Amino acid sequence: MEPIVEMIGIRKEFPGIVANDDVNLQLLKGEIHAVLGENGAGKSTLMSILFGLYQPEAGRILVRGREVRIQNPNVANDLKIGMVHQHFKLVHNFTVTENIILGLEPMVGLGALDTKKAAARIREMSTRYGLNVDPDARIEEITVGMQQRVEILKMLYRNAEILIFDEPTSVLTPQEIHELMGILKGLVREGRSILLITHKLKEIKEVADRCTVLRRGRVVGTVTVADTTEARMAEMMVGRKVSFAVDKAPAKPGAVTLEIRNLSVMGNRKVLGLRDFSLEVRKGEIVGVAGVDGNGQAELVEALTGMRRAESGQVLLNGTDITADSVRQRIRKGIAHIPEDRHKHGLVLDYSLEDNMILELYDQPPFARRGLLDREAIRPYAEKILSDFDVRSGKGVDSNARDLSGGNQQKAIVGREIELDPEVLIAVQPTRGLDVGAIEYIHRRLVEQRDGGKAVLLVSLELDEIQNLSDRIAVLFRGERMGLLEASATDENEIGLLMAGVQGKGGAA
Amino acid sequence: MKKPLIRIRDGRSVRLSLFAILLGLLAGAVLILTIGGNPFVSYWHMFRGGLMDLSRIGTALASATNLVLTGLSVAFAFRTGLFNIGAAGQMLAGAMTVTAIGLSIPVGALPRPFVLLLMVLAAGLAGALWGVVPGLLKAKFNVHEVVTCIMMNWIAYNLVSWLIPAYFASNLPSETPLIPKEHLLRTGWMASIFGDNEYINYGFFISLLMMVVVGFILNRTTLGYELKAVGFNRHAAEYAGIRVNRSMVLSMAVSGLLAGLAGATYYAGYANKLVVGTLPAQGFDGIAISLIGANTPTGVFLTALFFGILHTGKGFMNAMTDTPPEIADTIIATIVYFAATSILIERYGKVAAKWWKDRKGRKTPAGTAKGGAD
Ligand SMILES: Nc1ncnc2c1ncn2[C@@H]1O[C@H](COP(=O)(O)OP(=O)(O)OP(=O)(O)O)[C@@H](O)[C@H]1O
Ligand SMILES: [Mg+2]
Repeated sequence: MEPIVEMIGIRKEFPGIVANDDVNLQLLKGEIHAVLGENGAGKSTLMSILFGLYQPEAGRILVRGREVRIQNPNVANDLKIGMVHQHFKLVHNFTVTENIILGLEPMVGLGALDTKKAAARIREMSTRYGLNVDPDARIEEITVGMQQRVEILKMLYRNAEILIFDEPTSVLTPQEIHELMGILKGLVREGRSILLITHKLKEIKEVADRCTVLRRGRVVGTVTVADTTEARMAEMMVGRKVSFAVDKAPAKPGAVTLEIRNLSVMGNRKVLGLRDFSLEVRKGEIVGVAGVDGNGQAELVEALTGMRRAESGQVLLNGTDITADSVRQRIRKGIAHIPEDRHKHGLVLDYSLEDNMILELYDQPPFARRGLLDREAIRPYAEKILSDFDVRSGKGVDSNARDLSGGNQQKAIVGREIELDPEVLIAVQPTRGLDVGAIEYIHRRLVEQRDGGKAVLLVSLELDEIQNLSDRIAVLFRGERMGLLEASATDENEIGLLMAGVQGKGGAA
Repeated sequence: MKKPLIRIRDGRSVRLSLFAILLGLLAGAVLILTIGGNPFVSYWHMFRGGLMDLSRIGTALASATNLVLTGLSVAFAFRTGLFNIGAAGQMLAGAMTVTAIGLSIPVGALPRPFVLLLMVLAAGLAGALWGVVPGLLKAKFNVHEVVTCIMMNWIAYNLVSWLIPAYFASNLPSETPLIPKEHLLRTGWMASIFGDNEYINYGFFISLLMMVVVGFILNRTTLGYELKAVGFNRHAAEYAGIRVNRSMVLSMAVSGLLAGLAGATYYAGYANKLVVGTLPAQGFDGIAISLIGANTPTGVFLTALFFGILHTGKGFMNAMTDTPPEIADTIIATIVYFAATSILIERYGKVAAKWWKDRKGRKTPAGTAKGGAD
């Protein structure tokens, strides 16, 4: 097989940091090539260079053997390079079709007619690749998984042959991930070539032919996936051995901290998204909430944090009813929340990291006195979180949150919330987008939180994470609690069945 | 490390603003050329007209005074993510208040400093009231503030049209009598510094003070932290327990207060009577000034000074050349236009630059045709 893309000696600097340093990468025609590396290693940057979003300071790029200068995404487009970004770039109140043909010539002039033609072609392509996308649906109405398939269609519609996927699976449910892997295999069978960024070694093992590992901007090596192990790849990337199993002693649960009584919450579609849900979380235990995405997790979390009103039922914290409390009151009483969507809720992207680290504490002493911010107190506090959680950025606490790599943004949020040392920590997908080393660390911190006698409610779509961390597991299905299981006495099968709505033996545990 | 009280804008936005102003001047020059004038001579006279002697500088400062306040008003709301297009109405609310107080209290009945202070405070409150209404409607019913601000502008406009003939008419039913000079913000010592200038007034100090206060609120206080957080990302603000609705109401109140103060400095300082049938242009200029000033207090202040010079110099340019004063207004409008565009370019700059490069690039390399149409 001949190389279709060669990146040679690529260097890219940002203020205070070298994101890519003498990087060489070769993509063969018809292969799936994984790019692996710690958070902030420079993966997204490298891919953005290939897609024309950044210009490298040094280095050459050859596409199909010819040296090219990719000044912007349109040039990439002409070279038949397409990219699905880590954070999607779709216009929310446009339809699928409008989003796909946005920026292409047929929009000019006879708009209406061409849209119809385009929609037909999209429908045809969607069936051919098994993407199951409705061309007339509006982006805001469809799931994240389908939005991603729209991004894929967008590339295919432009006849892209070199496809870049930047962490496509971090926002998907396990089922959707499985489908995506099938789609990727189908695309290379057609002769397309794929660059795949992912932190999940299992996925690399499943679909990739080769894997290039980056560490702190430099290439550690390129390996043939079939000849190597997950552990070996993890070690290459972090530079030390990584343990995948979470090391924890049995829980010593104490008194009930968080009590949820018959909680019902309205969903976005004006029907109950959570129905008559009850659960107790005790001091010193981690309770996992498992379920397929969209089965009431969001409603549960928002009702617990005060961002959404409960229709009926109660939430009690250490015995006092907080059902009517505001978000702020709950935070003050000791509820912390790692949100699912880091860009929407987790960060003020245009604030510095320093300001983001006091998002819930900005008006509390010692950070504020008589309505005035005290920078001398804020700065060391922020610096401590960033160093404890190994948040890497070009300008330290002065970096804008926007300029951090996705994983480093996540680490900053998790650090901020754990640093609050809350009575109850509600962690929703806490390790989304993190590298294996960071996952290991965050998992350890969550267990420490538990061992310090605090309660943790873990909401995750990843069964592995739920099983590894939880002491007890509640399973949600269509807004109802299907079962409550003792983690040590259950297995994937039982949880899986409950998640699918099959009533098992799992009663109260 | 302390953050500076007033931050000078980063180099990028300063360059952007200067570029916008330069483009505006260039476009004005083209206009002057087309009507057969000499742009250099015209501009020379225009800037001379604004800066030639102390008296003219005084007028420029007096004119800038009002613009600083409306510019700050718009900028403050912008920082919270709100578009206050109602500064004109808020100014009028302040204008009605100062006029009513200034005309109703007999001269000498109360100490002058007390009356002046009362006028300024009342005007600020009236403006705040005018601003709070759109804020509340947005918070409670999610009505867009632009719609309500415009409505509030016309409510103020019509209120003036009714109040003046009904209660405060002079010989002319369409305007009030002159506010007695004891009840104006003008003062002898300032006038004498600026060559017996009759426009310069205490308002200039109010505008300076407000520039510092707004900078202080935005950069140093927890209130500023909240308001900006709401402006940048209201979802994250909600998540953090910041009361978003309260922030919007508060922000509109402060914004209205600033415009209300402009009503005081303009109608009881720069001018001395209230006339029916106008919405003060300063309210709308404030939008442009805020944009060019990158929504920062210092930026707003400097931009307002520049606008003050233009407004003051245009008459002189007209007198010395054949260039009509409307050209100056056109130039200001052009600058506004370019400023607004360059802000857009800043925001979507990368996209635009790439599109432009691509258009040029597309013609040269043997790029494969796009596969869009089939
Ligand atoms: N626009 C930018 N301005 C400043 N620094 C940046 C910018 N983009 C990226 N960086 C920095 O460059 C480094 C590499 O970032 P990049 O996004 O490529 O990492 P990544 O490997 O994709 O990480 P992740 O797995 O967390 O997504 C990071 O330290 C990041 O802070
Ligand atoms: Mg990335």
